[in-house]
Amino acid sequence: MREEIIVSGRMNELIDPHLQVWNWEIPAYLFLGGLAAGILFFAGLMTLQGKEKEFETTIKRAPLFTPLMLGIGLLFLFLDLKHKLYFWQLYTTIKLESPMSWGAWTLLIIMPVSVAWAGMYIKTIFSNFKWPYPNIAEAFEWISKQKTILAWIMVITSVILGIYTGILLSAFNARPLWNTSILGPLFLTSGLSTGAAFIMILSKDEHERHALARIDLLLIAIELFLIIHMFMGFRASTQVQIEAANMFLGGTYTAIFWTFVVVLGLVLPAALEIMSLKKLKVPYYIAPALVLMGGLILRFIMVYAGQMSRWLY
Amino acid sequence: MRYAMAIDTKKCVGCSDCVVACQAENNVPIGFCRDWVVEVTDGTYPELELENRSERCNHCENSPCVRCCPTGASHYAEGGIVLVTEDKCIGCSACITSCPYDARYVHPKGYVDKCTFCVQRLKNGLKPACVSVCPTKCMYFGDLEDPNSDVSKVLKTRKHKTLIPEAGTKPHLYFLI
Ligand code: SF4
Ligand code: SF4
Repeated sequence: MREEIIVSGRMNELIDPHLQVWNWEIPAYLFLGGLAAGILFFAGLMTLQGKEKEFETTIKRAPLFTPLMLGIGLLFLFLDLKHKLYFWQLYTTIKLESPMSWGAWTLLIIMPVSVAWAGMYIKTIFSNFKWPYPNIAEAFEWISKQKTILAWIMVITSVILGIYTGILLSAFNARPLWNTSILGPLFLTSGLSTGAAFIMILSKDEHERHALARIDLLLIAIELFLIIHMFMGFRASTQVQIEAANMFLGGTYTAIFWTFVVVLGLVLPAALEIMSLKKLKVPYYIAPALVLMGGLILRFIMVYAGQMSRWLY
Repeated sequence: MRYAMAIDTKKCVGCSDCVVACQAENNVPIGFCRDWVVEVTDGTYPELELENRSERCNHCENSPCVRCCPTGASHYAEGGIVLVTEDKCIGCSACITSCPYDARYVHPKGYVDKCTFCVQRLKNGLKPACVSVCPTKCMYFGDLEDPNSDVSKVLKTRKHKTLIPEAGTKPHLYFLI
């Protein structure tokens, strides 16, 4: 038997009895980042494939929300900072070894890109919309001529942003649950899936919804594979990672994870999507709403559980 | 130069003087501490083994906290001491999350704080407060590259270990066992 106690007393706020220095702001930020990345990815991809007619909502309508999502995400990141007045220090250096750093820079790049894209289509969606100054209208005129370049930038930066939301966590070897390279691809896939789900809720065109449902089915399958793969990796790893996995295989997070993330967030929406593709009558917004909920809960669980997992010594 | 500390787990009685000395010397805000004493009991009664350890930041050579800091606030100073520049720190807490020893905390003023090996005392030729105050003289401090420093000498003669070296941090807090 081994018992380890701090006899001098230590009750450092947010650290003891176990780390809880990141609260709701970080998972919410990761969720919004992934969601915006997913939407922008599909908008860029479908544009490059020349499918503007079939994917109207994907390309024109859904991206209108992304500047807002990214803005709120950045606001959440800001709320999480404890030395807020020094926020600008983030943009005085680029440190490639620090995901927090290059992620912040990626957001700085993708934000104007999303604004440019949204501005380009705002008139197509709201026909009465008028820019207050003619110069702005001209600028967006010019941007729409560079659409292909912009679409390429969007596809690339959105993948970086999506992966970043996972790497931000997986870079910490001090927290065994996060310390797996699966987290990058997992969060990217989940981000793309939530993006597709968001577009499906907005879209009024059944053909577009079905096409997205097919893509989403593939993404859900990949996610399930990655989740199983992640736990297999943990179980075959060191004691600290075995214990991290055990939080989900019998421990504190078992019920909430398997119920809300896996069953309600992945398996059930997949089943509903298959049903609607088979022309069975299911309200079309249920499956995507479940996907969005599952993605949000996945990030909350990973951020909170990860902070509870630790090295033993 | 490479500063390091060695702590004799056989001599430490767990009195926590080092903790109080640090709090006083470094104006550590009430309710927080930069160092702490751990008591580890191993075995089943009556075959018990006890180890006392005064722990703090390990001033790692491959510090995850320096690596993940987005602004460069966490950095290596002279002698490999890991320090935080207060007005560069944005309080993102990445470094706290990255430290496998939980050696850092958020100062009530918003920046991140931790053991500094008492750089202000080292500049004046003094030892860190915890080392100076220890009533059993169980702590040794000095330059590892100088074969005649207290720490080099004691590490040469005594068996020692570091904490979770498998985390890849290359810690520089040695425990004599
Ligand atoms: S003990 Fe923690 S805070 Fe200190 S240098 Fe190592 S990783 Fe950084
Ligand atoms: S909290 Fe401060 S010292 Fe720590 S990583 Fe963030 S900016 Fe760097």
